[in-house]
Order: sequence, then structure tokens, then C-alpha cells
Amino acid sequence: MLRQASRLLSRSVTAASSKSVTARAFSTELPSTVDSTFVESWKKVAPNMDPPQTPSSFMKPRPSTASSIPTKLTVNFVLPYASELSGKEVDMVIIPATTGQMGVLPGHVPTIAELKPGIMSVHEGTDIKKYFVSSGFAFLHANSVADIIAVEAVPLENIDASQVQKGLADFTQKLASASTDLEKAEAQIGVEVHSAMNAALSG
Amino acid sequence: MASSAAVPFWRAAGMTYITYSNICANLVRNCLKEPFKEEALSREKVHFSISKWADGKPEKPILRSDTPGV
Repeated sequence: MLRQASRLLSRSVTAASSKSVTARAFSTELPSTVDSTFVESWKKVAPNMDPPQTPSSFMKPRPSTASSIPTKLTVNFVLPYASELSGKEVDMVIIPATTGQMGVLPGHVPTIAELKPGIMSVHEGTDIKKYFVSSGFAFLHANSVADIIAVEAVPLENIDASQVQKGLADFTQKLASASTDLEKAEAQIGVEVHSAMNAALSG
Repeated sequence: MASSAAVPFWRAAGMTYITYSNICANLVRNCLKEPFKEEALSREKVHFSISKWADGKPEKPILRSDTPGV
């Protein structure tokens, strides 16, 4: 009974895939994911079994893109050990992307940005909250939701300036005396992170 | 279709992104004021035991622990 099922399944699957490979809709625009021809073929072959579920049926539908640009940006800022901001509505966020400081306003183009060590500031009215982010990613979605994930993010007041200076001097010296590629890379990372912290504290 | 994009220096030196990210986080944690520094460094503690397998049997496990006395 089930030998026939795989033939029927592959027949309906190839029919669907040959036309969908050319024109792929965005996942926010797809209609209901139930394939009726597949379900009918399944019921003919295995009337007592439920048709198999597909991963899409377990997913919540993505929030649709609003037709007009929202007035506020919704920020989710998470760290591995804590959720710093969750669904907070703000006016603007400036993130330290590897391509430079990027200002994110509501209605920003959907972007995935890798973050470098630097300051992230969250602007809400006249309130500005700054964090020093060690590295991470920022996902900006079409519906003005920004998911920012970082491994370590601290408010600037918690950074000790003297240790930053000491670290910078240490790593600059290590960079000069490094021999292998890996040592050079580690020293370079040290110099970059400490310079960024230095700039953050003084700027 | 070989990619000719410039790779970051750490990738060129053979490091993965996770290693890079963890090194950055560690450096930031080391520059914090007390008591934040202690809390932060406690996040880096790991505790695990590894054993290699040979002939279908586990050999002596290696215990790596940052929590003393365990």
C-alpha cells in the first residue's frame, strides 16, 4: 500500500516544484500551504492515515509588511544570558555595523548586518541609551522590527578606562611581536576591541 | 564561481566567527568595573567531561571544569 504512495507523492511533488522553481513568492505573501491535489492522492492511497504535516503548518505566519511606514521601530535586543530590550518601540537605533555606524529608522530596508565592537545607541524621544556591543548581528525586517543579538553588551559606565588603556598597550605590543598568523589575528582583534572601547569612552 | 570577496583578517588566519566573537566578548568582560566583572567572568565558566571512544567502549574521561571543588 505504501509503495504506491511514494509514486503518487513524487508525481504531485514534481508537478508543484517545476512551476515554483521559476517564480518564488516571498514567504510573507504565500497563501495557505495545504496542497489539495496531494491531500486527495494521499486519501485515495491511505484513507485511514492523516496526510503528513509540513514544516510550514507549524510556523506562525510572518507579520505582514504594513502598507504605510510605521512611526516607531520595534527593537528586540537580546544577549545569550538576558533579554535586554523586548518589543520596545523606539524612534531610532544606531548600530555599529562592520560597514560603519548605521542609523535604523522605521521603514528601513530589510538588512542583515554583522556588528563590530562599538557603541549601539537606542533613541526614544530625547532619551538616548548607549551600550558597548562586543560583536553580533542585527536583523532588520520589512515590518520595522529590528532583532539585534550580541554576545556581550554593557552600558558605557561599566567599562574601566584604565584597564582599557592597559589592554590596548598590551595588545599593540603583542601585535608587534607576534609570529604566527593566529597570534597576529588575536593581537589584531585585541587592538581593535580596545581601540573601540577607548573611542567609546572618550567620544 | 570562486568567491573573490575579501575575507576578514581573522578568517584568513584560520579562525571561525564564533572564536572571533568569543574572544571579543572575553576582552570586553575583562575591562569591566567590579562587581560587573565578576558576574561577567562567571558567564564564561564551562564544565564538561569528554571521553574518546575506542572499540565501542569509552576511554578515561577528561574533565574540564572552571568551578573549583566539583
